[in-house]
Amino acid sequence: MSNNIQQPIYLDYASTTPVDPRVAEKISSHLKMDGVFGNPASRSHKYGWKAEEAVEEARSHVANLVNCDPREIVWTSGATEADNLAIKGVANFYNGKGKHIITSKIEHKAVLDPCRQLERDGFEVTYLDPDAGGCITLDSIKAAVREDTILISIMHLNNELGTLNDIEAIGSFARSRKIFFHVDAAQSTGKVEIDLSKLSIDLMSFSAHKTYGPKGIGALYVSRKPRVRIEAQIHGGGHERGMRSGTLPTHQIVGMGEAFRLAKEEMQADREHVANLHQRFLDGVNGIEEIYVNGDLDRKVPNILNISFAYVEGESLIMALKDVAVSSGSACTSASLEPSYVLRALGRKDELAHSSIRFSFGRFTSNKDVDYTLSILFHAVERLRELSPLWDMHLDGVDLDKVEWN
Amino acid sequence: MAYSKKVIEKFENTLNEPKKFNVGRFNPSDLDVGTGMVGAPACGDVMKLQIKCEPKGNSHVIKDVKFKTYGCGSAIASSSELVEMLVGKTLEEAKEIKNKDIANALELPPIKIHCSVLAEDSIKQAIDDYETKQ
Repeated sequence: MSNNIQQPIYLDYASTTPVDPRVAEKISSHLKMDGVFGNPASRSHKYGWKAEEAVEEARSHVANLVNCDPREIVWTSGATEADNLAIKGVANFYNGKGKHIITSKIEHKAVLDPCRQLERDGFEVTYLDPDAGGCITLDSIKAAVREDTILISIMHLNNELGTLNDIEAIGSFARSRKIFFHVDAAQSTGKVEIDLSKLSIDLMSFSAHKTYGPKGIGALYVSRKPRVRIEAQIHGGGHERGMRSGTLPTHQIVGMGEAFRLAKEEMQADREHVANLHQRFLDGVNGIEEIYVNGDLDRKVPNILNISFAYVEGESLIMALKDVAVSSGSACTSASLEPSYVLRALGRKDELAHSSIRFSFGRFTSNKDVDYTLSILFHAVERLRELSPLWDMHLDGVDLDKVEWN
Repeated sequence: MAYSKKVIEKFENTLNEPKKFNVGRFNPSDLDVGTGMVGAPACGDVMKLQIKCEPKGNSHVIKDVKFKTYGCGSAIASSSELVEMLVGKTLEEAKEIKNKDIANALELPPIKIHCSVLAEDSIKQAIDDYETKQ
Protein backbone atom coordinates (compact mmCIF):
# COMPACT_ATOMS: atom_id res chain seq x y z
CA MET A 1 0.00 0.00 0.00
CA SER A 2 2.90 2.29 0.59
CA ASN A 3 4.78 1.83 -2.64
CA ASN A 4 4.08 5.29 -3.97
CA ILE A 5 4.73 7.06 -0.67
CA GLN A 6 8.14 8.44 0.18
CA GLN A 7 9.33 6.87 3.41
CA PRO A 8 9.67 7.63 6.17
CA ILE A 9 6.61 9.86 5.90
CA TYR A 10 7.60 13.35 6.94
CA LEU A 11 5.32 14.68 9.68
CA ASP A 12 7.79 16.99 11.34
CA TYR A 13 7.09 20.29 9.58
CA ALA A 14 7.33 22.20 12.86
CA SER A 15 10.96 21.16 13.04
CA THR A 16 11.74 22.27 9.49
CA THR A 17 10.02 22.29 6.13
CA PRO A 18 11.42 21.12 2.83
CA VAL A 19 12.27 24.03 0.52
CA ASP A 20 9.48 24.64 -1.97
CA PRO A 21 10.74 23.74 -5.49
CA ARG A 22 9.92 27.29 -6.68
CA VAL A 23 12.08 28.65 -3.87
CA ALA A 24 14.93 26.26 -4.70
CA GLU A 25 14.87 27.49 -8.28
CA LYS A 26 15.08 31.07 -7.15
CA ILE A 27 18.02 30.27 -4.88
CA SER A 28 19.95 28.46 -7.59
CA SER A 29 19.59 31.44 -9.93
CA HIS A 30 21.52 33.56 -7.40
CA LEU A 31 24.66 31.51 -7.02
CA LYS A 32 26.67 31.09 -10.17
CA MET A 33 28.56 33.26 -12.66
CA ASP A 34 25.54 33.42 -14.96
CA GLY A 35 23.24 34.30 -12.06
CA VAL A 36 22.90 37.13 -9.57
CA PHE A 37 25.82 36.18 -7.34
CA GLY A 38 27.22 39.63 -6.52
CA ASN A 39 27.80 41.20 -3.14
CA PRO A 40 24.86 43.52 -2.47
CA ALA A 41 27.26 45.90 -0.75
CA SER A 42 29.37 46.37 -3.91
CA ARG A 43 28.52 49.83 -5.14
CA SER A 44 30.97 49.97 -8.02
CA HIS A 45 29.50 47.55 -10.57
CA LYS A 46 26.43 45.92 -11.98
CA TYR A 47 26.93 42.62 -10.11
CA GLY A 48 26.54 44.44 -6.83
CA TRP A 49 23.61 46.56 -8.00
CA LYS A 50 21.75 43.49 -9.28
CA ALA A 51 22.30 41.69 -6.00
CA GLU A 52 21.14 44.69 -4.03
CA GLU A 53 18.01 44.86 -6.15
CA ALA A 54 17.30 41.18 -5.48
CA VAL A 55 17.83 41.65 -1.73
CA GLU A 56 15.51 44.65 -1.61
CA GLU A 57 12.84 42.85 -3.58
CA ALA A 58 13.05 39.98 -1.10
CA ARG A 59 12.83 42.44 1.77
CA SER A 60 9.58 43.74 0.29
CA HIS A 61 8.17 40.23 0.08
CA VAL A 62 8.92 39.62 3.74
CA ALA A 63 7.47 43.00 4.70
CA ASN A 64 4.39 42.31 2.59
CA LEU A 65 3.56 39.09 4.37
CA VAL A 66 3.38 40.85 7.73
CA ASN A 67 2.31 44.29 6.43
CA CYS A 68 5.18 46.49 7.55
CA ASP A 69 7.64 48.86 5.89
CA PRO A 70 10.55 47.01 4.19
CA ARG A 71 12.89 49.38 6.05
CA GLU A 72 11.74 47.69 9.25
CA ILE A 73 13.17 44.31 8.20
CA VAL A 74 16.71 43.39 9.30
CA TRP A 75 18.21 40.20 7.85
CA THR A 76 19.69 37.73 10.33
CA SER A 77 21.00 34.18 10.15
CA GLY A 78 17.70 32.84 11.46
CA ALA A 79 15.12 33.27 14.17
CA THR A 80 17.62 32.35 16.88
CA GLU A 81 19.80 35.30 15.96
CA ALA A 82 16.75 37.54 15.56
CA ASP A 83 15.59 36.59 19.08
CA ASN A 84 19.06 37.26 20.47
CA LEU A 85 19.30 40.59 18.68
CA ALA A 86 15.86 41.69 19.85
CA ILE A 87 16.21 40.68 23.49
CA LYS A 88 19.84 41.52 24.16
CA GLY A 89 19.63 44.49 21.80
CA VAL A 90 16.79 46.13 23.73
CA ALA A 91 18.13 45.14 27.13
CA ASN A 92 21.56 46.55 26.38
CA PHE A 93 20.23 49.76 24.84
CA TYR A 94 17.65 50.55 27.50
CA ASN A 95 19.30 49.11 30.60
CA GLY A 96 19.32 52.58 32.15
CA LYS A 97 15.51 52.50 32.02
CA GLY A 98 15.00 49.25 33.85
CA LYS A 99 16.33 45.75 34.42
CA HIS A 100 13.20 43.61 34.34
CA ILE A 101 12.06 41.35 31.51
CA ILE A 102 8.93 39.21 31.23
CA THR A 103 8.80 36.06 29.14
CA SER A 104 7.19 32.62 29.44
CA LYS A 105 8.18 29.06 30.30
CA ILE A 106 7.03 27.78 26.92
CA GLU A 107 9.29 29.98 24.79
CA HIS A 108 11.83 28.47 22.44
CA LYS A 109 15.36 28.14 23.82
CA ALA A 110 16.36 30.95 21.45
CA VAL A 111 14.42 33.26 23.77
CA LEU A 112 15.03 31.49 27.08
CA ASP A 113 18.81 31.24 26.75
CA PRO A 114 19.38 34.95 25.94
CA CYS A 115 17.19 35.73 28.96
CA ARG A 116 19.32 33.45 31.13
CA GLN A 117 22.40 35.23 29.82
CA LEU A 118 20.90 38.62 30.71
CA GLU A 119 20.19 37.31 34.22
CA ARG A 120 23.91 36.64 34.55
CA ASP A 121 24.47 40.24 33.41
CA GLY A 122 22.30 41.60 36.21
CA PHE A 123 18.80 41.61 34.70
CA GLU A 124 15.79 40.04 36.38
CA VAL A 125 13.53 37.82 34.33
CA THR A 126 10.03 36.57 35.13
CA TYR A 127 9.11 33.32 33.40
CA LEU A 128 5.32 33.00 33.17
CA ASP A 129 3.42 29.71 33.30
CA PRO A 130 0.94 29.02 30.51
CA ASP A 131 -2.67 28.21 31.30
CA ALA A 132 -3.74 24.56 31.13
CA GLY A 133 -4.45 24.94 27.41
CA GLY A 134 -0.92 26.07 26.63
CA CYS A 135 -1.44 29.83 26.20
CA ILE A 136 0.00 32.83 28.04
CA THR A 137 -2.77 34.98 29.48
CA LEU A 138 -2.82 38.76 29.53
CA ASP A 139 -3.73 38.61 33.22
CA SER A 140 -0.54 36.76 34.07
CA ILE A 141 1.45 39.42 32.24
CA LYS A 142 -0.39 42.24 34.00
CA ALA A 143 0.36 40.61 37.34
CA ALA A 144 4.06 40.34 36.55
CA VAL A 145 4.66 43.86 35.27
CA ARG A 146 6.82 46.12 37.43
CA GLU A 147 7.92 49.73 37.33
CA ASP A 148 11.25 48.68 35.87
CA THR A 149 9.96 46.23 33.23
CA ILE A 150 11.51 47.17 29.89
CA LEU A 151 10.64 44.20 27.69
CA ILE A 152 7.98 41.54 27.25
CA SER A 153 8.90 38.62 24.96
CA ILE A 154 6.10 36.19 24.13
CA MET A 155 5.96 33.80 21.20
CA HIS A 156 3.14 33.94 18.66
CA LEU A 157 2.72 30.22 18.06
CA ASN A 158 4.17 27.54 20.28
CA ASN A 159 6.36 25.07 18.41
CA GLU A 160 5.46 22.01 20.46
CA LEU A 161 1.73 22.53 20.95
CA GLY A 162 0.67 24.77 18.09
CA THR A 163 -1.12 27.07 20.53
CA LEU A 164 -1.52 30.78 19.72
CA ASN A 165 -1.00 33.65 22.09
CA ASP A 166 -3.14 36.78 21.90
CA ILE A 167 -0.37 39.09 20.70
CA GLU A 168 -2.92 41.80 19.86
CA ALA A 169 -4.10 42.15 23.46
CA ILE A 170 -0.63 41.73 24.95
CA GLY A 171 0.75 44.33 22.53
CA SER A 172 -1.92 46.92 23.38
CA PHE A 173 -1.25 46.45 27.06
CA ALA A 174 2.53 46.64 26.65
CA ARG A 175 2.25 49.83 24.63
CA SER A 176 -0.07 51.42 27.19
CA ARG A 177 2.63 50.79 29.77
CA LYS A 178 5.45 51.88 27.44
CA ILE A 179 7.10 48.47 27.62
CA PHE A 180 8.72 47.07 24.49
CA PHE A 181 7.07 43.95 23.10
CA HIS A 182 8.99 41.28 21.20
CA VAL A 183 7.24 38.37 19.48
CA ASP A 184 8.98 35.23 18.24
CA ALA A 185 6.97 34.43 15.10
CA ALA A 186 9.26 31.72 13.74
CA GLN A 187 6.38 29.23 13.61
CA SER A 188 3.48 31.43 12.57
CA THR A 189 4.39 32.97 9.21
CA GLY A 190 2.20 31.57 6.46
CA LYS A 191 -0.03 29.89 9.03
CA VAL A 192 -1.76 32.88 10.61
CA GLU A 193 -2.38 36.41 9.35
CA ILE A 194 0.02 38.94 10.86
CA ASP A 195 -0.71 42.63 10.30
CA LEU A 196 2.00 44.69 11.94
CA SER A 197 0.32 47.93 10.84
CA LYS A 198 -2.46 47.13 13.28
CA LEU A 199 -0.58 45.28 16.01
CA SER A 200 1.32 47.07 18.76
CA ILE A 201 4.52 45.11 18.39
CA ASP A 202 8.02 46.55 18.49
CA LEU A 203 10.10 43.56 17.46
CA MET A 204 9.23 40.32 15.69
CA SER A 205 11.49 37.39 14.76
CA PHE A 206 11.10 35.38 11.56
CA SER A 207 12.64 32.22 10.16
CA ALA A 208 12.70 31.09 6.53
CA HIS A 209 12.98 27.36 7.04
CA LYS A 210 9.68 26.86 8.85
CA THR A 211 7.90 28.37 5.85
CA TYR A 212 9.39 26.41 2.91
CA GLY A 213 12.48 28.60 2.68
CA PRO A 214 16.13 27.67 3.25
CA LYS A 215 17.84 27.22 6.62
CA GLY A 216 20.35 29.82 7.73
CA ILE A 217 18.29 32.93 7.05
CA GLY A 218 15.77 34.88 9.09
CA ALA A 219 14.83 38.43 9.88
CA LEU A 220 13.96 40.77 12.69
CA TYR A 221 11.22 43.35 12.38
CA VAL A 222 12.31 46.53 14.16
CA SER A 223 9.48 49.05 14.45
CA ARG A 224 10.12 52.58 13.15
CA LYS A 225 6.88 54.14 14.44
CA PRO A 226 7.13 54.18 17.37
CA ARG A 227 10.84 53.78 17.06
CA VAL A 228 12.68 51.10 18.98
CA ARG A 229 16.46 51.17 19.26
CA ILE A 230 18.59 48.07 19.67
CA GLU A 231 22.25 47.60 20.32
CA ALA A 232 23.96 45.56 17.60
CA GLN A 233 25.29 42.19 18.67
CA ILE A 234 27.51 41.57 15.64
CA HIS A 235 29.85 44.31 14.47
CA GLY A 236 31.83 44.62 11.27
CA GLY A 237 30.87 46.78 8.33
CA GLY A 238 27.65 48.36 9.49
CA HIS A 239 25.31 46.47 7.18
CA GLU A 240 21.56 46.57 7.86
CA ARG A 241 21.69 50.12 9.21
CA GLY A 242 24.31 49.10 11.70
CA MET A 243 22.02 46.63 13.43
CA ARG A 244 23.55 43.50 11.92
CA SER A 245 26.87 43.47 10.13
CA GLY A 246 27.99 40.80 7.72
CA THR A 247 27.83 40.31 3.96
CA LEU A 248 24.23 39.64 2.98
CA PRO A 249 23.80 36.08 1.64
CA THR A 250 21.95 36.99 -1.53
CA HIS A 251 20.83 33.45 -2.40
CA GLN A 252 19.46 32.76 1.08
CA ILE A 253 17.69 36.10 1.17
CA VAL A 254 15.98 35.67 -2.20
CA GLY A 255 14.99 32.20 -0.99
CA MET A 256 13.33 33.64 2.09
CA GLY A 257 11.72 36.38 0.01
CA GLU A 258 10.26 33.91 -2.46
CA ALA A 259 9.11 31.61 0.35
CA PHE A 260 7.32 34.48 2.08
CA ARG A 261 5.84 35.75 -1.19
CA LEU A 262 4.40 32.28 -1.79
CA ALA A 263 3.26 32.08 1.84
CA LYS A 264 1.14 35.19 1.35
CA GLU A 265 -0.21 34.05 -1.99
CA GLU A 266 -1.02 30.54 -0.81
CA MET A 267 -1.86 31.04 2.85
CA GLN A 268 -5.55 30.39 2.34
CA ALA A 269 -4.96 27.21 0.35
CA ASP A 270 -2.24 26.01 2.76
CA ARG A 271 -4.51 26.58 5.72
CA GLU A 272 -7.44 24.72 4.23
CA HIS A 273 -5.20 21.86 3.17
CA VAL A 274 -3.64 21.49 6.61
CA ALA A 275 -6.97 21.93 8.43
CA ASN A 276 -8.34 18.98 6.43
CA LEU A 277 -5.33 16.82 7.27
CA HIS A 278 -5.61 17.75 10.94
CA GLN A 279 -9.31 16.82 11.04
CA ARG A 280 -8.63 13.57 9.20
CA PHE A 281 -5.89 12.69 11.67
CA LEU A 282 -8.02 13.60 14.70
CA ASP A 283 -10.99 11.59 13.42
CA GLY A 284 -8.74 8.61 12.88
CA VAL A 285 -6.79 8.76 16.09
CA ASN A 286 -9.99 9.06 18.12
CA GLY A 287 -10.32 5.31 17.80
CA ILE A 288 -7.40 4.86 20.21
CA GLU A 289 -8.35 4.91 23.89
CA GLU A 290 -6.61 6.95 26.56
CA ILE A 291 -5.09 9.63 24.39
CA TYR A 292 -4.83 13.29 25.29
CA VAL A 293 -4.34 16.22 22.96
CA ASN A 294 -1.84 18.64 24.49
CA GLY A 295 -2.78 22.26 23.90
CA ASP A 296 -6.25 23.68 23.57
CA LEU A 297 -7.80 22.60 20.24
CA ASP A 298 -9.78 25.85 20.02
CA ARG A 299 -6.73 28.04 20.40
CA LYS A 300 -4.23 26.27 18.19
CA VAL A 301 -3.30 25.97 14.54
CA PRO A 302 -3.98 22.69 12.73
CA ASN A 303 -0.37 22.42 11.58
CA ILE A 304 0.77 20.94 14.88
CA LEU A 305 -0.94 18.14 16.79
CA ASN A 306 0.65 17.02 20.04
CA ILE A 307 -0.82 13.86 21.50
CA SER A 308 0.02 11.86 24.61
CA PHE A 309 -0.58 8.13 24.32
CA ALA A 310 -0.98 7.14 27.95
CA TYR A 311 0.93 4.10 29.22
CA VAL A 312 3.23 4.15 26.18
CA GLU A 313 6.64 5.83 26.28
CA GLY A 314 7.26 8.28 23.44
CA GLU A 315 10.67 7.15 22.31
CA SER A 316 9.58 3.52 22.04
CA LEU A 317 6.57 4.69 20.05
CA ILE A 318 8.84 6.62 17.69
CA MET A 319 10.95 3.46 17.26
CA ALA A 320 7.85 1.45 16.53
CA LEU A 321 6.76 4.10 14.02
CA LYS A 322 9.98 3.88 12.08
CA ASP A 323 8.23 4.62 8.80
CA VAL A 324 7.11 8.02 10.07
CA ALA A 325 9.32 10.99 10.94
CA VAL A 326 7.90 12.70 14.04
CA SER A 327 9.27 14.08 17.28
CA SER A 328 8.51 13.47 20.94
CA GLY A 329 8.47 15.29 24.26
CA SER A 330 9.87 12.16 25.84
CA ALA A 331 12.99 12.50 27.95
CA CYS A 332 14.62 9.66 26.10
CA THR A 333 14.77 11.53 22.84
CA SER A 334 16.56 14.46 24.45
CA ALA A 335 20.24 14.62 25.31
CA SER A 336 19.43 15.90 28.80
CA LEU A 337 17.05 13.03 29.68
CA GLU A 338 14.52 15.66 30.78
CA PRO A 339 11.01 15.48 29.37
CA SER A 340 9.77 18.50 27.41
CA TYR A 341 9.76 21.66 29.53
CA VAL A 342 6.82 22.95 27.50
CA LEU A 343 4.63 19.97 28.36
CA ARG A 344 5.73 20.08 31.99
CA ALA A 345 4.81 23.77 32.13
CA LEU A 346 1.21 22.78 31.30
CA GLY A 347 1.04 21.34 34.78
CA ARG A 348 0.17 17.83 33.62
CA LYS A 349 1.78 14.70 34.97
CA ASP A 350 5.32 14.01 33.79
CA GLU A 351 4.25 10.69 32.30
CA LEU A 352 2.09 12.53 29.77
CA ALA A 353 5.19 14.37 28.59
CA HIS A 354 7.06 11.07 28.31
CA SER A 355 4.18 9.70 26.26
CA SER A 356 3.82 12.56 23.83
CA ILE A 357 4.33 12.67 20.09
CA ARG A 358 4.22 15.80 17.98
CA PHE A 359 2.76 15.33 14.51
CA SER A 360 3.12 18.36 12.26
CA PHE A 361 1.66 18.67 8.78
CA GLY A 362 2.42 20.94 5.86
CA ARG A 363 2.06 21.88 2.21
CA PHE A 364 3.36 18.55 0.90
CA THR A 365 1.53 16.20 3.29
CA SER A 366 -1.15 14.09 1.60
CA ASN A 367 -4.27 12.30 2.82
CA LYS A 368 -2.46 9.07 1.99
CA ASP A 369 0.38 10.05 4.34
CA VAL A 370 -2.12 10.59 7.14
CA ASP A 371 -4.00 7.35 6.48
CA TYR A 372 -0.85 5.27 6.36
CA THR A 373 0.47 6.87 9.54
CA LEU A 374 -2.79 6.16 11.33
CA SER A 375 -2.72 2.52 10.28
CA ILE A 376 0.73 1.90 11.71
CA LEU A 377 0.06 4.10 14.72
CA PHE A 378 -2.89 1.94 15.81
CA HIS A 379 -0.79 -1.16 15.52
CA ALA A 380 2.22 0.33 17.34
CA VAL A 381 0.20 1.69 20.28
CA GLU A 382 -1.63 -1.59 20.65
CA ARG A 383 1.59 -3.60 20.73
CA LEU A 384 3.41 -1.28 23.09
CA ARG A 385 0.46 -1.33 25.47
CA GLU A 386 0.53 -5.11 25.33
CA LEU A 387 4.11 -4.70 26.59
CA SER A 388 3.30 -2.06 29.19
CA PRO A 389 2.89 -3.00 32.87
CA LEU A 390 1.13 0.35 33.34
CA TRP A 391 -1.51 -0.57 30.79
CA ASP A 392 -2.17 -3.81 32.72
CA MET A 393 -2.51 -1.84 35.93
CA HIS A 394 -4.86 0.59 34.23
CA LEU A 395 -7.00 -2.30 32.96
CA ASP A 396 -6.96 -3.82 36.46
CA GLY A 397 -8.31 -0.54 37.82
CA VAL A 398 -5.14 0.44 39.71
CA ASP A 399 -4.78 4.18 40.28
CA LEU A 400 -1.19 4.82 39.20
CA ASP A 401 -1.04 8.04 41.19
CA LYS A 402 -1.53 6.06 44.40
CA VAL A 403 1.18 3.51 43.72
CA GLU A 404 4.44 3.98 45.59
CA TRP A 405 7.16 3.75 42.97
CA ASN A 406 10.70 2.91 43.88
CA MET B 1 19.17 7.79 17.84
CA ALA B 2 22.51 6.19 18.08
CA TYR B 3 21.29 2.71 18.93
CA SER B 4 23.21 -0.39 18.00
CA LYS B 5 21.68 -2.83 15.58
CA LYS B 6 21.29 -5.22 18.51
CA VAL B 7 19.03 -2.87 20.47
CA ILE B 8 16.87 -2.22 17.44
CA GLU B 9 16.60 -5.91 16.58
CA LYS B 10 15.79 -6.89 20.13
CA PHE B 11 13.19 -4.17 20.43
CA GLU B 12 11.53 -5.01 17.13
CA ASN B 13 11.55 -8.76 17.68
CA THR B 14 10.03 -8.36 21.13
CA LEU B 15 7.36 -6.06 19.74
CA ASN B 16 6.54 -8.31 16.81
CA GLU B 17 6.55 -11.64 18.67
CA PRO B 18 5.67 -10.81 22.28
CA LYS B 19 4.82 -14.44 23.22
CA LYS B 20 8.08 -15.85 21.93
CA PHE B 21 9.98 -13.19 23.84
CA ASN B 22 8.24 -13.89 27.17
CA VAL B 23 5.97 -10.87 27.28
CA GLY B 24 3.15 -11.56 29.72
CA ARG B 25 2.37 -12.06 33.38
CA PHE B 26 1.95 -14.72 36.04
CA ASN B 27 -0.35 -14.52 39.03
CA PRO B 28 1.82 -12.62 41.52
CA SER B 29 0.25 -14.37 44.51
CA ASP B 30 1.29 -17.86 43.35
CA LEU B 31 3.90 -19.24 45.73
CA ASP B 32 6.25 -20.32 42.95
CA VAL B 33 6.26 -16.81 41.42
CA GLY B 34 8.54 -13.91 42.35
CA THR B 35 7.70 -10.42 41.10
CA GLY B 36 9.93 -7.39 40.78
CA MET B 37 8.73 -4.00 39.64
CA VAL B 38 11.17 -1.09 39.40
CA GLY B 39 11.21 2.44 38.01
CA ALA B 40 8.45 5.05 37.93
CA PRO B 41 6.10 6.39 35.26
CA ALA B 42 7.26 9.95 35.96
CA CYS B 43 10.81 8.91 35.09
CA GLY B 44 9.74 7.25 31.88
CA ASP B 45 10.69 3.66 32.78
CA VAL B 46 8.83 0.88 34.61
CA MET B 47 10.00 -2.73 34.41
CA LYS B 48 8.01 -5.62 35.76
CA LEU B 49 9.77 -8.97 35.86
CA GLN B 50 8.29 -12.27 37.09
CA ILE B 51 10.12 -15.53 37.61
CA LYS B 52 8.53 -18.94 38.09
CA CYS B 53 10.83 -21.29 40.01
CA GLU B 54 11.01 -24.83 41.33
CA PRO B 55 13.29 -26.35 43.95
CA LYS B 56 16.21 -28.37 42.63
CA GLY B 57 18.68 -29.91 45.06
CA ASN B 58 19.70 -27.27 47.55
CA SER B 59 18.67 -24.48 45.25
CA HIS B 60 15.80 -23.21 43.12
CA VAL B 61 15.80 -23.05 39.35
CA ILE B 62 14.06 -20.47 37.16
CA LYS B 63 11.66 -22.45 34.98
CA ASP B 64 9.93 -19.63 33.21
CA VAL B 65 10.02 -15.84 33.06
CA LYS B 66 7.52 -13.19 32.05
CA PHE B 67 8.00 -9.46 31.73
CA LYS B 68 6.37 -6.20 30.79
CA THR B 69 8.20 -2.94 30.33
CA TYR B 70 7.12 0.66 29.85
CA GLY B 71 10.03 2.72 28.64
CA CYS B 72 12.24 3.71 25.78
CA GLY B 73 13.48 1.28 23.16
CA SER B 74 16.60 0.38 25.10
CA ALA B 75 14.63 -0.24 28.31
CA ILE B 76 12.43 -2.72 26.47
CA ALA B 77 15.45 -4.32 24.79
CA SER B 78 17.30 -4.56 28.14
CA SER B 79 14.39 -6.35 29.82
CA SER B 80 14.06 -8.71 26.93
CA GLU B 81 17.81 -9.43 26.93
CA LEU B 82 17.78 -10.11 30.67
CA VAL B 83 14.82 -12.47 30.36
CA GLU B 84 16.69 -14.53 27.81
CA MET B 85 19.61 -14.88 30.23
CA LEU B 86 17.44 -16.12 33.10
CA VAL B 87 15.65 -19.26 31.97
CA GLY B 88 17.26 -22.39 33.38
CA LYS B 89 19.51 -20.57 35.81
CA THR B 90 19.57 -21.22 39.55
CA LEU B 91 18.76 -18.25 41.76
CA GLU B 92 22.42 -18.05 42.76
CA GLU B 93 23.45 -17.84 39.13
CA ALA B 94 20.75 -15.28 38.40
CA LYS B 95 22.02 -13.09 41.22
CA GLU B 96 25.36 -12.96 39.46
CA ILE B 97 23.93 -11.20 36.40
CA LYS B 98 25.15 -7.63 36.37
CA ASN B 99 23.95 -4.61 34.43
CA LYS B 100 27.23 -4.67 32.50
CA ASP B 101 26.34 -8.06 31.04
CA ILE B 102 23.17 -6.60 29.59
CA ALA B 103 24.77 -3.34 28.48
CA ASN B 104 27.58 -5.21 26.74
CA ALA B 105 25.29 -7.72 25.06
CA LEU B 106 23.21 -4.89 23.58
CA GLU B 107 26.05 -2.41 23.08
CA LEU B 108 24.03 0.23 24.90
CA PRO B 109 25.16 3.83 24.43
CA PRO B 110 26.46 5.42 27.67
CA ILE B 111 23.38 7.62 28.07
CA LYS B 112 21.23 4.46 28.22
CA ILE B 113 23.23 2.49 30.80
CA HIS B 114 20.55 3.25 33.41
CA CYS B 115 18.20 0.96 31.47
CA SER B 116 20.49 -1.99 32.18
CA VAL B 117 20.79 -0.94 35.85
CA LEU B 118 17.02 -0.98 36.10
CA ALA B 119 16.96 -4.47 34.56
CA GLU B 120 19.46 -5.71 37.16
CA ASP B 121 17.32 -4.19 39.92
CA SER B 122 14.24 -5.95 38.59
CA ILE B 123 15.74 -9.43 38.83
CA LYS B 124 17.09 -8.73 42.34
CA GLN B 125 13.66 -7.67 43.46
CA ALA B 126 11.95 -10.66 41.84
CA ILE B 127 14.36 -13.07 43.57
CA ASP B 128 13.82 -11.32 46.92
CA ASP B 129 10.09 -11.63 46.51
CA TYR B 130 10.33 -15.31 45.64
CA GLU B 131 12.68 -16.11 48.51
CA THR B 132 10.50 -14.42 51.12
CA LYS B 133 7.61 -16.64 50.00
CA GLN B 134 9.55 -19.86 50.59
